[in-house]
Amino acid sequence: MSKLSLATVWLDGCSGCHMSFLDLDERLLALAEHVDVVYSPLVDAKVFPDDVDIALVEGAVASVDDEKKIREIRAHTKTLIAMGDCAVTGNVPSMRNPIGPDPILERAYLQNASTQQQIPCVVVPKLLKIVRPIHEFVKVDVYLPGCPPSANTFHSALMALITGQPLDVSALTRFGA
Amino acid sequence: MTLEELEQIARDVHRENGEFDYQINVCTDLACASHGSDSVREALAAAAQATGKNVLIRKTGCMGPCSSGPMVRVDPAGTLYHRVPTSSAAKIIESLGSAPVAELQCDLNDHFDSQVRVVLENSGYIDPEKIDDYIERDGYKALVQALTEMEPADVVREVTEAGLRGRGGGGYPTGLKWSTVSKAVGDIKYVICNGDEGDPGAFMDRSVMEGDPHRVLEGMALAAFAVGASQGYIYVRAEYPVAVARLTTAIREARRRGLLGSNICNTPFTFDVEVRLGAGAFVCGEETALIASIEGKRGTPKPRPPYPAVSGLWRKPTLINNVETYANIAPIIRNGSKWFHDMGSERSKGTKVFALSGRIRNTGLIEVPLGITLREIIDRIGGGVPEGHTFKAVQTGGPSGGCIPAEMLNLGVSYDALLAAGSIMGSGGMIVMDDTSCMVSIARFFVEFCMTESCGKCIPCRAGTAQMYRLLTKICNGEATMEDLNLLVDLCETVKETSLCGLGMTAPNPVLSTLKYFRNEYIDHIVNKRCTAGVCKIGQVEEVMA
Amino acid sequence: MSSTVDIKTLVIDGKEVSARAGQTILEVARENGIEIPTLCHLDGLSDVGACRLCVVEVKGNHKLFPACVTSIFEGMEVTTQTDRLKKHRRTILELLFTERNHICSVCVSNGHCELQTLGQSQGLTHVRLPYRNPNLPVDASNERFTVDHNRCILCTRCVRVCAEVEGAHVWDVMGRGINSMVITDLNEPWGESSCTRCGKCVQVCPTGALFDKGKVGNSHPKHPDFLPYLNMMREAK
Repeated sequence: MSKLSLATVWLDGCSGCHMSFLDLDERLLALAEHVDVVYSPLVDAKVFPDDVDIALVEGAVASVDDEKKIREIRAHTKTLIAMGDCAVTGNVPSMRNPIGPDPILERAYLQNASTQQQIPCVVVPKLLKIVRPIHEFVKVDVYLPGCPPSANTFHSALMALITGQPLDVSALTRFGA
Repeated sequence: MTLEELEQIARDVHRENGEFDYQINVCTDLACASHGSDSVREALAAAAQATGKNVLIRKTGCMGPCSSGPMVRVDPAGTLYHRVPTSSAAKIIESLGSAPVAELQCDLNDHFDSQVRVVLENSGYIDPEKIDDYIERDGYKALVQALTEMEPADVVREVTEAGLRGRGGGGYPTGLKWSTVSKAVGDIKYVICNGDEGDPGAFMDRSVMEGDPHRVLEGMALAAFAVGASQGYIYVRAEYPVAVARLTTAIREARRRGLLGSNICNTPFTFDVEVRLGAGAFVCGEETALIASIEGKRGTPKPRPPYPAVSGLWRKPTLINNVETYANIAPIIRNGSKWFHDMGSERSKGTKVFALSGRIRNTGLIEVPLGITLREIIDRIGGGVPEGHTFKAVQTGGPSGGCIPAEMLNLGVSYDALLAAGSIMGSGGMIVMDDTSCMVSIARFFVEFCMTESCGKCIPCRAGTAQMYRLLTKICNGEATMEDLNLLVDLCETVKETSLCGLGMTAPNPVLSTLKYFRNEYIDHIVNKRCTAGVCKIGQVEEVMA
Repeated sequence: MSSTVDIKTLVIDGKEVSARAGQTILEVARENGIEIPTLCHLDGLSDVGACRLCVVEVKGNHKLFPACVTSIFEGMEVTTQTDRLKKHRRTILELLFTERNHICSVCVSNGHCELQTLGQSQGLTHVRLPYRNPNLPVDASNERFTVDHNRCILCTRCVRVCAEVEGAHVWDVMGRGINSMVITDLNEPWGESSCTRCGKCVQVCPTGALFDKGKVGNSHPKHPDFLPYLNMMREAK
């Protein structure tokens, strides 16, 4: 049996979901029997492959770049998993929504900067007005809430998907778990 | 007060009126007043004095065709003038005794011929601030008769047999409600008149309270007698200052005539009425919220049961009816239940007052026998939509109601037929729309109304209407997907089925009914990014509400 | 002393149960180990029927009934778990999660929040509706407690416990509809209000909207169970 291709993506999040994923520890080896990691912050690939079986997406959509990425990922992915609360609900990145991006940028780059006080405008992507969960942009197939979802959650969910078993996410995790 | 005394007053007024050669009635209701009917009346009085003609000039309540104001009627000929400018006063006075002023005359025969006036029988004929004017037209006769010749149970039976149903919107059988309250056990009982009319486009109750306030008081007194109550409250929204003033005057006059107060008509029956002002919350039209408001609490609904009939105002058995319901009582007692029962359709008896507005020629107040078709109301009484436009839909029942399309115009107006068509009778607002109306933005308008008027107590109504409004805004802006439409329908179901009170339960109706009959307009906005009526400015949009 | 108790029998979720006349569906269901989700209900407080999560189906009636305020009757057949009810409950929870800013991960009540727990037990893995992101204040003026309106679900337990049990009626609701807010006194800062600092409101709050300043982190579950005990002892006096 050929292995499934697995991608992991990091949008606006703290990378805690990726850390929790790595907490699979020795179970990573068992997982590697079934999947090839074709794209991830953890591997070298720079371009999202054309044909990915499973994509784990961490983080909310907060910038124009995130939005572009998530649409591209959706176009090339069979099963898209919203990984963790940021991807599922917006979570901590969305806490800026009530006041908008400008006060945040001002605080970070002007008020709190001791030198070179300026709001970056080149290279870094423009922030969206509102941080939103990924399903508000593209169709999501599986939701794994949690901040972060536990290694056990990843294990159960991925094994269910790989083996085609039914998956009861609510039995595994919840918002903020 | 006895029947003889009452009849003596009527005769005296009749004689006094008869001493005048002419009676000129000037409508001073809101629409006419806003067109300057007060100065018309003053000019008429001045002109009459100048010419020395023997004219009685009377200010009256609403005559009906509000868009044609100021309205003036000259009796005994019954000549009707519309859009009367102050400058024409002298001409009208001059014409008395000769041919009417042709350029002011209006042909509203079609408008009036299909109407039957029960609730509005005095409106436009009496000075609402004169109790004797009301008595002259058989006012308080029913009350005196009931007190002296009937038992409370007889009154309940008459109302039951008449087949009157609640005119506030729900259509609950009035007689059944009365008999429940009459059987409820309590040392004190209350009757409440719900005058918190708040539907957009509705002004029936205001016109009744302003044009014929004693009719409401008499109905309440009869109700109190029937159910064994001794205290009544009229809950009127503070936005109706004229109604409040007229009712206050009416209560004072009725007390002076001994028709309110202790031992009315020398019987043990004691009843008095107080006016209570609403502070403008639409939800206070809901009975449990209204009761909380009278008690001085925050106006939010409570789960029923217990119903107010068992535990209402200050936890006492309470009868609560709408203004128009009470306005029907005196004529029922006076003319008998059969007279009333003979009017209307099979399960909806009597007449109903509607406030006709929107894209229609004769806007205003009308009263029609139930069972009349929508087509007759709109084409004949209303005079149809403005020239060059086509009729699209009629909205009944206010924010709780729905839109009825052109192909259903032959529908007879009754509680059940309107419900089956996805709308409701409601309190009587009737808004006509033509090809210049976008049904999606109409739905959005009503949902916005419900959102801002939600009391906030239960979640489906509080947050559900806000989310519905957002989705509808998205559709109007041409930014929505078919998924959003499905979500909207899903949300409507939950808000409709799980909300605590009628406001929330019916808030989705404007959306559901427009979706049922005008789904193509929704699709047009979503798929083709187009608003055929040209109302929604797709492409040049404002921000979606946060 | 003889007393007669009027006993009714009814069926809840296919289970035959008996109850005293006047009991609510919710009481009888819980006595018999049948779980109906609730949020605004709390044993020991009056019921307001506001959260609508406890709606159930009663045979012979298309309408849904809030179990917390609906009295049982002889021969009643109640169903508490149907697809229709589950769908409505999930939608109601979605409305709550989107109404204000519920960020479970950074909340003092993470792990013992009734809203969060219900989200999980009702199978809510994500919210289809857009988040409203309102800009709401936090009032930390009280020396002991804080109110974070971002997490308030307007269940009015605080209002009721303050009025009915503490007898102070410091809390109430201001505004209408989506703009409703719980307030202390006439919208004065909590610290300057007539609050007795008893802390009952904090204990009954189902979310992290009201919390104790003295406790750091999210390992301090609330204890609303003092209420039935308090009521019982008061009645016994």
